[in-house]
Amino acid sequence: MFSLPYVAQQVVNGLTLGSIYALVAIGLTIVYGILRLINFAHGDLLMVGAYLALALLLNTALPLGAAVLLPMIVVGGVGVLVERLAYRPLRGAPEVAMLITSLAVSSVIQNGTIMTLSAQPRAFRLPQGLIAQHQVGVVSFSTLDAVSVALAVGLMALLTLFVTRTRVGIAMRACAENLRAARLMGININQVIAYAFAIGSALAAAAGFMWAGRFGSIEPFMGFLPGLKAFVAAVIGGIGSIPGAMLGGYLLGFAEIFFVGFLPPELSGYRDAFVFALLLLVLLVRPRGLLATGVEREG
Amino acid sequence: MLLEVENLSVYYDSIQALKGISLQVDSGELVTIVGSNGAGKTTTLLTISGILRPRRGTVCFQGQDITRLAPHEIVRRGISHCPEGRQIFTGLTVLENLLMGAYHRQDRDQMARDLVWVQDLFPVLAARRRQLAGTLSGGEQQMLAIARALMSRPKVLLLDEPSLGLAPMLVDTIFEVIQQLRAQGVTILLVEQNAYQALRIADRAYVLETGVIKLSGPVQELARNEEVKKAYLGG
Repeated sequence: MFSLPYVAQQVVNGLTLGSIYALVAIGLTIVYGILRLINFAHGDLLMVGAYLALALLLNTALPLGAAVLLPMIVVGGVGVLVERLAYRPLRGAPEVAMLITSLAVSSVIQNGTIMTLSAQPRAFRLPQGLIAQHQVGVVSFSTLDAVSVALAVGLMALLTLFVTRTRVGIAMRACAENLRAARLMGININQVIAYAFAIGSALAAAAGFMWAGRFGSIEPFMGFLPGLKAFVAAVIGGIGSIPGAMLGGYLLGFAEIFFVGFLPPELSGYRDAFVFALLLLVLLVRPRGLLATGVEREG
Repeated sequence: MLLEVENLSVYYDSIQALKGISLQVDSGELVTIVGSNGAGKTTTLLTISGILRPRRGTVCFQGQDITRLAPHEIVRRGISHCPEGRQIFTGLTVLENLLMGAYHRQDRDQMARDLVWVQDLFPVLAARRRQLAGTLSGGEQQMLAIARALMSRPKVLLLDEPSLGLAPMLVDTIFEVIQQLRAQGVTILLVEQNAYQALRIADRAYVLETGVIKLSGPVQELARNEEVKKAYLGG
């Protein structure tokens, strides 16, 4: 009933969408792991990354790599700044105070963008090189698809090396498990938290480029949906767990694409409802997510 | 004096947990704080480590006021804290836990020697370096917690209830290690509910009752005190 190339196309779509969700979910999960903060402003950093990338593509002759890398660096810095200005003063306050603050930060970033750049959507035109289509057997994909997946996998491999091989990375896992014990061991938690925000925000910026390239236009509220979906992905995987965020991201990407691609077209309007139904289902079976570590932290 | 706590008052919201306590620890000493549950023993250690902030009073270390320093600064100065309930990082390997204990250190050679040192103290850890700490038994986890705290090469080791929840044989092992450490010149401030064992190995003791120091002195004196006998040594 479905041709093989069609199925292959859906798999490619699932992989690229899943890569984006996974990258955004990682940022949410590492911050949540340490601070127990659900950072609603995270998706907006994806938007900032996309705008920066567009500005570089339009106004400079920098190589494509720079249009991905520079926004990652800048947005990483923005993430650190947001933590320093908005979240750190609330350290020790009830979790709900930080949650509401993150909503406020999200609003500030969105409206700041509208005030300075207008609410008009802008076309995100990719350089010719990225649009080229390739055919390998039954699989057809664009250069952007290939670059997105390769970049996401590469970044996740780097992150895995970071949290298993470096002092700060191991400390990040220690902080996520027991913040007080980490402080007693002499770990400077402010430094570790800054790293978490820098890394998470940089990954969101990379995802912003992929998202913008995939949909061809950007606007100030574009971060909301991927932010929300990535949150679902993180919860499905077990929030706080980095492998969980990766797994949840790809699961959600595939589930969403397959839902739209293989079910009757009348149903595709229910795509987002399906995503949340999936979340409910996973939580019913595994209330703490698929890869939850089972370690509960005391207040 | 190496460590000097003066007139420390600590509150949890409006409840006063420490009511102006003072204590000293001199270099090379093994000092213990005994007292029942809720007397303020853990609160005292957490305040020294900078996790809790006192409303009044000071903590001085090597003559410097450290009362307002961040916990990681306090570790850097030479105070290491082995917390109550072990609180090892169960999702990290044994080796990673030990490395976290040495987080601020840059002296790689000496660190490598200290890794050997703590694994000599606790040979079981050497055999399990690559294992996740959560897979260790309770006694092994306590040994890891002490070893981890030692990895910062502390000038003072704060030990909070190291015998809590351990089988009697393991309690003996832990107390033997504490004596061994003391013989190696590590200064120790030990908090214990097991007053019998603590008074047996310490030089001096403070008896803490509901946030107030009731008695203090050399352990031989305290062990003869009728009140102490009745309250903590089972008559």
